[in-house]
Amino acid sequence: MIDIANTKIDFLKSRIITFIFSSILVVLSFGAFFVSGLNFGIDFKGGTLIEIETENEIEIAGLRDNLNSLSLGDVQVQEFGSKNNLLIRVEQQSGGDQIQQNVVEIVKTSLNSYLSSEVNFRRTEVVGPKVSGELIQSGAIAILAAVFAMLIYIWFRFEWQFSLGAVVALIHDVILTIGVFSITQLEFNLPIIAAILTIVGYSMNDTVVVYDRVRENLRKHRSKNIIDLLNLSINETLSRTIVTSVTTLLALLSLFIFGGEVIKGFTFAMIWGVVVGTYSSIFVAAPLLNYLDVKREWNTTSAVDSTR
Amino acid sequence: MIYFSNIKISSILLVIFIALMFAIPNFFSKDQLNSFPSFIPKQQVNLGLDLQGGSHLLLEVDTVEIIKERLENLNSDVRRVLKKNNIQYSNFKNTDDNLKFVVEEFPAEIEKEISELSISNSQNILQMGDQTNLVILREENEVSISFTDEFVKLAVSNAVAQSLEIVRRRIDELGTREPSIQRQGSSRIIIQLPGIDDPDRIKALLGQTAKLTFQLVDTSTNYDPLNPKKAPVGSEILPSDADDSFKYIVKKRVMVGGENLVDAQPGFDPQTNEPIVSFRFDRLGASKFGRVTQQNVGKPFAIILDDTVISAPVIREAILGGSGQISGGFDSDEANDLAILLRAGALPAPLIILEERSVGPDLGADSIEAGQYAAIIGFVAVILFMMFVYRYFGFLADIALIINLFMVLGILSLFQATLTLPGIAGIILTIGMAVDANVLIFERVKEEIRSGSKMINAVENGYKRALSTILDANITTLIAAVILFFMASGPVRGFSITLAIGIFTSVFTAFTFTRLLISIYAKSLKPSLVGMKIND
Repeated sequence: MIDIANTKIDFLKSRIITFIFSSILVVLSFGAFFVSGLNFGIDFKGGTLIEIETENEIEIAGLRDNLNSLSLGDVQVQEFGSKNNLLIRVEQQSGGDQIQQNVVEIVKTSLNSYLSSEVNFRRTEVVGPKVSGELIQSGAIAILAAVFAMLIYIWFRFEWQFSLGAVVALIHDVILTIGVFSITQLEFNLPIIAAILTIVGYSMNDTVVVYDRVRENLRKHRSKNIIDLLNLSINETLSRTIVTSVTTLLALLSLFIFGGEVIKGFTFAMIWGVVVGTYSSIFVAAPLLNYLDVKREWNTTSAVDSTR
Repeated sequence: MIYFSNIKISSILLVIFIALMFAIPNFFSKDQLNSFPSFIPKQQVNLGLDLQGGSHLLLEVDTVEIIKERLENLNSDVRRVLKKNNIQYSNFKNTDDNLKFVVEEFPAEIEKEISELSISNSQNILQMGDQTNLVILREENEVSISFTDEFVKLAVSNAVAQSLEIVRRRIDELGTREPSIQRQGSSRIIIQLPGIDDPDRIKALLGQTAKLTFQLVDTSTNYDPLNPKKAPVGSEILPSDADDSFKYIVKKRVMVGGENLVDAQPGFDPQTNEPIVSFRFDRLGASKFGRVTQQNVGKPFAIILDDTVISAPVIREAILGGSGQISGGFDSDEANDLAILLRAGALPAPLIILEERSVGPDLGADSIEAGQYAAIIGFVAVILFMMFVYRYFGFLADIALIINLFMVLGILSLFQATLTLPGIAGIILTIGMAVDANVLIFERVKEEIRSGSKMINAVENGYKRALSTILDANITTLIAAVILFFMASGPVRGFSITLAIGIFTSVFTAFTFTRLLISIYAKSLKPSLVGMKIND
C-alpha cells in the first residue's frame, strides 16, 4: 500500500514565498483581465455561431475572405477538432434581436454556393443582445451567490476566521481561473461559468477537509504552537488531498482528451480549477489561519464528541 | 456501527437493486426493451437536444406592440368624444405608451366620459369590473392618457397566453415530433423541437402574425411613386407581395377579418393549376363577405396578410356561400404554410426570436460517443489508481463506484431528468469525485490502525470520524450545484443535475454499501493479522 500519510512536510515554512507567489498570480490575472479582457463567446457577446462539416478539406483563408465580404461585420473561421470541421462566428449585428436571425440564412446561402461539396450544418446558435446581456448578469450573480453561500456555510459550521480564510482562497481560485482565460484568450462562455461554480464547490470541499482537521487538532492539542498545528493538519490530510485530486484529474483528463471539441474549454477550466483549488487549500487557506487568530478554547463537550 | 441488522442489509441491497433495474434499460435498444418482461422498467434516460439533435428557440412577445395597438384603438374613440362635445383640441399624437393632446378647456364630465370609454373598450379582453383602466393626467393645457399598470400587465399576460396557444397550434399543424412549448417569465415562450436541426420553416411560420383582412381598394386615386406617402383620408398605402415596386391604396376599413375563418386548405386551381388556399367563413363572416361582394361587384377587393397585399382580384359576382380562395403566385409549400397560418389564427402581437440553438443529429451522436469513450477511460484509470493506492480497500471502493454509476443512471431514468453533454461531463466528474468519501474513510481507518486500534474498531471509528468531514465537504459542492441549477437553463442545467445526483449517490454508497463490504471483510480477518496486513 502506498503510504503518504506519515509525511512531516513544513508547509508553512515557505508561507511568505507562497503568499507572494499567489499575490503575483492574482495581480497578473487582474492585469490580463484589464489589458486583454475575456474572449467572450456568443453566449455573452451575442452573435451567431455555426459549426459545419464537409467531405473535403476546406481552405480556411479563402472561406474567411468570402464570408467577410458579406458585410456582416467581423466573421471568424477556425478549425474545430479536425480539418473538415469548421467553426464560424459572426459578430452581433446592430439593430436589435430580430436582425440576428438573418445572419444564419445569409451565411448558409453563401456557404452552399462557395463550397462545391455538400455542407453538413452540425450546430447553429444565435444569441440576441437581450439574452446575452441577461446571461452575463446571471452568470456573475451565480458566482457571487456561490461564494457568499460558502462564506455563510463555513461561518455557520466553523467560525468566522475559517470562513474568511476559506473565502479568500476561493476568490483566489476564481480570479486565477478568470486570469488564465484572459491570458490564453480561450473562449469564455456559459459552460465556463458552470465550471467556475464547480471549482468553487471543489476548492471549498478541499479546504473544508483541511479545516475540519485543524479544528479537531485545536481541540486535541491545546497548547501546540499554531504553526505546528496547521502543518500537522495539512500533513494528516495530505494523502487524501492527493488521492482525490488525482482521481478527479484522471477523470477530467480523460474527458479533455476524448470528450470531444464542444466541451474542451469547460474541461480545461475544471482541470485548472482542481489544480489551483488543491494548491490554495494547502498554501493559502490553511496558512491564513495563522494570521486570523483562531479560537483556541473550543468547548470540551464537542471536543469529546468528535474524538470519541 | 459495523454490525448491520438483516433489515438494514436487505434495505441497502434493495435500494441498489431498484436503481440497477432503472439503469438497465439504457443498455438496450427500444426494440429489445419491448421484448422484455413487463416488470422490467422501460424508461431510458431522456436525452437533451444537444445529444439527440434538435432545436431550441426562445421567443418574446412584442409587448410594446400590444399596448400601441390598444392605444390606436383608443385614439379614435377619444377623438369622437371630444368632437361630440365640441371640445377644441390640437397636437393629438400617439406615443408608445400614451395619447397626448392640447386643449383650452377640459371639463370634468368629459374626463369622466373618456374614462368610461375604457370600460367598454376593454370588455373583449378582460373583466376589470366597472373600474376605469385609464390614467388621465392634465398638465397645463396638455392632457395625456395612458393605461394603468394593472391593465397593461393583464393585457400583456392575455396576449402571451393567446400567443402560446397559437404557437402550439402552428407547430402541431406541422406534425413535429414531441415539441415542448412553454411559457417563461412574463412575456417569453420556450420551444424545444427534438429532431429538427434546421428550424427555418418553423421560424418563418412563427415570424408572421398572420393577420388576414379583406379591404376594398381605393379606386378614387392611383398610387403615385413621386408622392409615396400621399393617401386619401381613410385609406392607406400597402406594399404588394408579388411586385416590390407596386403599391396599393386600400381603404382602411376592414370588411372581413381572419378571425371569422373556420377553415383553410391548400389546393390547386382546377383551371390554371396554380396553388391556392381555399377558405371558409363562419356565419357572421359569410354574411359580411356576401354583403360586401354584393355591393361592390366590379371593384377590386384586396386580400391583405400582415399589411401586405397578397392579391386584389376584381369581384365578378356576389359571393354568398361564405367560401372563397386566395391565389397570389405562391408555390405549393407557401400555399400549405399560409393555410396552416390561417387555420391556427393570428398572433395578438409579433414574436421576436431572442435565441436559437440547433444541433444536428450527427453532432449529438458524436457527443454521446465521445462522452461514453471518455467515461470508460476515465473510469478504468480511476479504478486502477484506487487499487494501486489502497489495494483491497481500493477494490471495494471500485465496486462502490460501479454501483454509483448505475445509481446515477437509474435515478436519471426514474425521474426522467434530461441528460445533456455537460451532464455527461458531470457524470465523469462524479467518477473522479465519488471515491472521495471512501478515501476520507480509508485514510481515517489507516490512522486508527496506525495508532494501535484493532481492525474492527478502526473501521468503526474511522467511519464515525469521517462522517462530519464528508458531509461538510459534499454540502459545499451541493450548494454550488443547486445555485447552478437555478441560474442555468438548457444543457448547463443538465450538468448541475448529474453533479447533484452524483453527490447523493456517492455519500449513500460510502455510508451503506462500502461500509457493509468493509464490515464483512473486517469480521472475516483474524484480529491478530489485521494490523500487519493493513500496514504492509
